[in-house]
Amino acid sequence: MRGWKVLLPLLVLTAIVLAACGQQAAPPPQTGQEAAPAASPTAPQTAQSRLDIVLARGRLICGVNGGLPGFSYVEPDGRYSGLDADFCRAIAAALFDDPNAVEFRNLTAAERFAAVQNGEVDVLIRNTTWTVSRDTSVGMEFAPTIFYDGQGMMVRKDSGITRLEDFQGKSVCVQTGTTTELNLADWMRRLNVAYEPVVYDSIDATYEAYAAERCDGVTSDRSQLMARRTVLPNPDEHVILDVVMSKEPLTPAVAQGDARWFDVVKWVVFATMEAEELGVSSRNIGQMLASDDPQIKRFLGREGDLGTGLGLTNDFVARIIRHVGNYGEIYDRNLGPDTPFKLDRGPNDLWTRGGLIYSPPFR
Amino acid sequence: MKQTGGTPFWRDVRFWRVAGQVAAVVLVVLVAAYLYGNLQHNLQQKGLGLGFGFLRLAASFDIKELPIPYRPSDSYGRAFLVGLTNTARIVLAGIPLATLLGILIGVARLSSNWLVRQLSLLYVEVLRNTPLLLQLFFWYFGVIIRLPRIQSRLELPGPVYLSNRAVAVPWPASTEATGAWLVAAALGLVAAFTVWRRRTRLMVERGGGGQPGLAALATLGLALGGAWALTGAAPFAWNLPRVADGIRFEGGARLSPEFAALLMGLVLYTAAFIAEIVRGGVLAVSRGQWEAARAVGLRPFLVLRLVVFPQALRVIVPPLTSQYLNLAKNSSLAVAIAYPDVVSVGTTTYNQTGRAVEVVILLMATYLSISLFTSLVMNVYNRSVQLVER
Repeated sequence: MRGWKVLLPLLVLTAIVLAACGQQAAPPPQTGQEAAPAASPTAPQTAQSRLDIVLARGRLICGVNGGLPGFSYVEPDGRYSGLDADFCRAIAAALFDDPNAVEFRNLTAAERFAAVQNGEVDVLIRNTTWTVSRDTSVGMEFAPTIFYDGQGMMVRKDSGITRLEDFQGKSVCVQTGTTTELNLADWMRRLNVAYEPVVYDSIDATYEAYAAERCDGVTSDRSQLMARRTVLPNPDEHVILDVVMSKEPLTPAVAQGDARWFDVVKWVVFATMEAEELGVSSRNIGQMLASDDPQIKRFLGREGDLGTGLGLTNDFVARIIRHVGNYGEIYDRNLGPDTPFKLDRGPNDLWTRGGLIYSPPFR
Repeated sequence: MKQTGGTPFWRDVRFWRVAGQVAAVVLVVLVAAYLYGNLQHNLQQKGLGLGFGFLRLAASFDIKELPIPYRPSDSYGRAFLVGLTNTARIVLAGIPLATLLGILIGVARLSSNWLVRQLSLLYVEVLRNTPLLLQLFFWYFGVIIRLPRIQSRLELPGPVYLSNRAVAVPWPASTEATGAWLVAAALGLVAAFTVWRRRTRLMVERGGGGQPGLAALATLGLALGGAWALTGAAPFAWNLPRVADGIRFEGGARLSPEFAALLMGLVLYTAAFIAEIVRGGVLAVSRGQWEAARAVGLRPFLVLRLVVFPQALRVIVPPLTSQYLNLAKNSSLAVAIAYPDVVSVGTTTYNQTGRAVEVVILLMATYLSISLFTSLVMNVYNRSVQLVER
């Protein structure tokens, strides 16, 4: 009888027990990236709001794309330009009376929600579509939409294509993405058009192939098509069709479960829209501050306590308008007729002019 | 527990041999259990569970090259199968072409002609020492889609049409006589091979007979002539490509730019490695073998066929298998140049379903199966060329 022969089963037994323990005791990942989305819906209403953290820090950390001209783009001099970047500045202006108190963080599509959840950024303004799953299971809270986008199609002017029906037997360059291929396939199936999707995995390859005339059309969000058209060899030779294949409301987002901070972001965005509706702009803000109109006095904080109710100063709207301007100014500066994009307001016009831009009343 | 032999168990080498193995098993099990537990935990936190039920859901996306029928209303599983078929197409076309080109370049590396030797050296060093992904980008973005549009296509005799939308080449199409011709050709080949072997053996053993190649050709010609007499028709009709409406090709075989670029990239790249393997294999046959073969009066072709190649193959086949496996696995770079292979379809699938882990498991299982199958076939072949000891 050898001792080690008895020991062997013991060893094996220990191994099994250990293995079982290992399985149960697998610690929750603390990296945040995986854990964050699920943790948030039940996240406690902490006493310290993100608002307090930002105010104490003295600057806003804003998650942006950084590579999308017209929305957020790093200029050669290192400055960020674009609609998204300006809304980051609007929040900073409201908080600190200084539009430059912003630290921009470039985020990829895959990183963006985790970065909000683990607090790496205070707010995400990165051409992000508001969807129900992101609002719920991903644990985001979406502030009002700042740009109504949709999936579009760009073709060469001389191709003779004017509608999706003309794509019978033609090819479409598309970047594999969340639902771009799906929307395209759905539309073509509905129209009963047999087309050829040429699917690339990178955005540069997609437009490179389109520029080399591998495809008759290229599909993506209309804003991206506009931006990319400006860097094609001959921008004037390309036209974006009227068809809109999907709804893509691009909307700022903050982490779920922090109502105070969410309110601040929400009402800063609304303030730019309300200002345009009331005719308040960075050019006439001086006169407007002297206005006798009670609505404008309340809006700009000379009457009432709208600002302090939000945890801000009463003149936060005046700060935003003075430094960044109203919605129309922000839009025109980044996407309007004087920019390479020359993008019509379209659905992004005020509701009074038939668009979708609408702010609840400030009272 | 007292030891009967007087040696404590920790001094017993047999104990440590077994204990070492047990410890290794415990370690592996623990690591696996930890990783699995971690995965389960994370998936649970996200409210997901592992499962392949999604493969039955409607895929709802289009695929551009369809060797088998597929519609967007078909399932993800079907879409995956389409991708798999596309991968198989590229691998099945790539392996023979890379082998042929590789042997050619490998032999050219040993040529006595200075220019041929230097050119093949240049080929091997350039293609072997640059990343395949870059080469694919070059062939695709730099060459293939820079070809003229269909409206101003290049036309080579054949006709072969080159354009940035498709490369169209003539392709044989079957006729009613094709079946009979195939049977005749198969029988003819078997007969020709038998004749060739016999005449060669006669020639080697008795120094007589001769002309094995001619005799074999004659046998095959006889069989094919028989087929001609029987059917009175050509074995197949050439399906020639033509231009329809000036904007698209019809007929013939139309290769997509993506397929053409991927095939070109994989074949040229892999051939560079195969060339070196072939060169190494031939050089591994000792000089004495060449001299001895010549000394018994064999002609140069027979020296190669009867003496050098059988010995070189023993050295060539195992590394050649690795190159075939590399070609199969490298075909996954297709996703960069829009060829809808199994990885491309898998990427779209997990983008739409969020089932990243399952899709990656499926892809790994797919490539593992392809590789194991290739290895199996090549190992069988390898056994047949190995030295048979008597």
